[in-house]
Amino acid sequence: MTSVLSPPPAATAARQRPRLPARGRGRRAPLGVLIAAVVVSAVSLVPLGYVLVQTLATGWDEAYALIVRPRVGELLRHTAALVACTVAGSVLIGVAAAWLVERTDLPLRRFWAVLFAVPLAVPAFVTSYGWVSLYPSIEGLRGAVLITTFAYYPFVYLPVAAVLRRLDPALEESARSLGHSPARVLARVVLPQLRTAILGGALLVGLHLLAEYGALQMIRYSTFTTAIMEQYQSTFNGAAATMLAAVLVSLCLLLLTLDVLLRGRTRYARLGSGAARPAPRVRLGPAAPVALLASAAVCGAAIGVPFVSVGRWLVLGGTGLWTAPELLPALLSSLTLGAYAAVVTAAVALPVAWLAVRHRGWGSTLLERCTYLASAMPGVVVALAFVTVAIRYARPVYQSTLLIVVAYALLFLPRAMVSLRAGIEQAPPELDEAAKALGSSPVRLFGRVTLPLIAPALAAGAALVFMAVVTELTATLLLAPTGTRTLATQFWSFSSAIDYTAAAPYALLMILLSMPVSWFLLVQSHRMAGR
Amino acid sequence: MSALTVRGVHCGYGRVPVLKGIDLDIADGGTTAIVGPSGCGKTTLLRVIAGFESPDPGTVFIGDRQVCGDGVWVPPHRRGLGYVAQDGALFPHLTVAQNIAFGLPRGQRRSRSRIAELLELVSLDPAFADRRPDQLSGGQQQRVSLARAVAPRPGLVLLDEPFSALDAGLRASTRAAVAAALAEQGVTTLLVTHDQSEALSFADQVGVMSAGRLSQVGPPRQIYEAPVDLATAAFVGDAVTLAGVLAGPLADCALGRVAVQPLGAGERDGAGTVLLRPEQIELTDPAGSDPDASDAVGIVEGVDYYGHDTMLTIRLAEPGSAVISLRHTGTDAPVSGAKVGLRVRGPGRWYPAG
Repeated sequence: MTSVLSPPPAATAARQRPRLPARGRGRRAPLGVLIAAVVVSAVSLVPLGYVLVQTLATGWDEAYALIVRPRVGELLRHTAALVACTVAGSVLIGVAAAWLVERTDLPLRRFWAVLFAVPLAVPAFVTSYGWVSLYPSIEGLRGAVLITTFAYYPFVYLPVAAVLRRLDPALEESARSLGHSPARVLARVVLPQLRTAILGGALLVGLHLLAEYGALQMIRYSTFTTAIMEQYQSTFNGAAATMLAAVLVSLCLLLLTLDVLLRGRTRYARLGSGAARPAPRVRLGPAAPVALLASAAVCGAAIGVPFVSVGRWLVLGGTGLWTAPELLPALLSSLTLGAYAAVVTAAVALPVAWLAVRHRGWGSTLLERCTYLASAMPGVVVALAFVTVAIRYARPVYQSTLLIVVAYALLFLPRAMVSLRAGIEQAPPELDEAAKALGSSPVRLFGRVTLPLIAPALAAGAALVFMAVVTELTATLLLAPTGTRTLATQFWSFSSAIDYTAAAPYALLMILLSMPVSWFLLVQSHRMAGR
Repeated sequence: MSALTVRGVHCGYGRVPVLKGIDLDIADGGTTAIVGPSGCGKTTLLRVIAGFESPDPGTVFIGDRQVCGDGVWVPPHRRGLGYVAQDGALFPHLTVAQNIAFGLPRGQRRSRSRIAELLELVSLDPAFADRRPDQLSGGQQQRVSLARAVAPRPGLVLLDEPFSALDAGLRASTRAAVAAALAEQGVTTLLVTHDQSEALSFADQVGVMSAGRLSQVGPPRQIYEAPVDLATAAFVGDAVTLAGVLAGPLADCALGRVAVQPLGAGERDGAGTVLLRPEQIELTDPAGSDPDASDAVGIVEGVDYYGHDTMLTIRLAEPGSAVISLRHTGTDAPVSGAKVGLRVRGPGRWYPAG
């Protein structure tokens, strides 16, 4: 599962004195940090470069023949229909859920606020497994949209709820006093301010859909990602797979461009200081039971089905499931890979985030954007690129732990970056200067001031990466060292063989391990400013 | 021996020059304040001395040790300075005691008595030692920041507008506590501020800075009473400036014939400007018991009441009907439209035209 979180806007901390521009001996970026950041950004461009180089190497005629054919047209239709329907459905459910929780007197809304975010803890392929094992007849576009919408709507729900919470009700009240009806206020004042949050969420849903393999393969709905996986498994790494990857990457870039174009340059910031009052809540009145029923239906479809399914298979399988010989090794390798990837990702994110916050400029922005662009690439493309590059230029690392850890780091870099950036913002350069004036050398300064201050952010970023790795399927299938089975791949091989009972413990373990992530994201969105 | 010697320091951000040749000496144990409007470069000067910026070119000596210039560069952490930033810059992850002990050698960091001593120095209760910085008020944070800066016994302490973020009442008490602590330690101090009254009251040497240059350096009294030019005069305190003609030791202006101190020898008679401080001008009652033929006469045009004093705007009758502003203390302020007499006490300052 790929993840893209948009880079946060430049910090707009109002300081009493404008920050002096970077200059002078004390303010130049340390050479080591600069080199590290450049290396990280360069490596993160490997997948994109791979697709580009391979496409050029294939030659125009062959590329044309491989791309312009009925199969590609079919995949394109499938993918486009899925993205359009699921994005629309996710926006609808996400915005409605956020509005119910934040702006109405929905009974038990604190409970619903948490429950609506829980699907984040359930990997999409586990949701799919839950549906398929309960209703084996589920299939086609309808099935795919149903499953992915309920798996991905929290990506819209969380940011929209965060913005709704921070919207200044004075704006709505002003609009009302200017003669607008509540419906017109919603359309002209509230929705425009939600635009950035909705677009950001929709982009995440779209990119996840392009990268999704497990959930769709399970109901045999073919998209570019599933087709590339099939192609790879049958012909290893032919030009056909590469050309499909090229189309897939183009679709990703198209989504990113659309997002930039739609987002525009307008900023909806709250002017003036002080905290906004909480907005008055809409009284649902007789509509309350309907709203409750709808909320229950959403949570039932998104959480109820996978949990009931997993629970049912666990009960049917009995205690014998937990003593299966494959379980412990899979758990251990998931934990090990997750830990390695978490440490490596946090470490490589540090120089890039440091440059982006402390040495702002076009250079550091470019480096940072490179890493975001790279992680917008689907896991299958990243994995293909790494397989090819490793086989050609670095044979010894092929199928090594090192290679898969680097791929994870690349895929999940933004998770660590977002957290780290916020942490580094909390350690202003004034503190460095104070420490220097008190006699701390740069090295000791890092140990005594900077590291303690950013440690929580570093840990949070690492934890997020860890959770993401534990539920990663696509890249793991392609890159895991021979003989290494993780929770995700072991789950996958059982459920592909329709052995739903044997797969159930793995599903439960993955859900339990990723619960803290959704909790963390929920808390973070509560803290996030309404940007 | 001087504690700080700055020679020919230039500094700029990109192509914008900020400091254009600064020379400054601070005597051992002295207190110097650099005062100037926002953006004049005073903070940059402080940062050059601390080593957070490098001058191009220029030299800085701390004591008799050269810290920059002529190919020498001593990084900030080896300069042995105390530095207090505008907002205190306390380390949020450390307690007050740990903050104060930050610059001490490892062995002394756990000494509770030393911490208590330093807290006492800045007039804070030793019970503050275990608090977190976010549990302190702004004034308390600044005091802790000062205690932290003087803990390693630096030869020179730099204060970068340490009181400007505090509100008026807190500012006065914090300033008094800081001044007392610095005096007790006998530590050489350089304060940067945009508040001229703070500079005059805090320091025994004041430097007035404008547009990257020090226009005047001297004792506070000299800066206030004998400013080198009218811009400096206007920046340091209220000024009444009147066009006049010099004849010997006297100048003719709208307030009559005023005794002036010429700027230097060889001053020639002619047109120029008379500078008076408002407190030199005394109001008299033109119809009262002590009329004086030499008193000037004016009409009160505006009265702004401030409680402790009253700002009067007075249009002078002769010649050219100039308008001057005076602060009147006392309960008997004239009303708008009243006719008042004006008498000058003490000599004014003469600035020839051109």
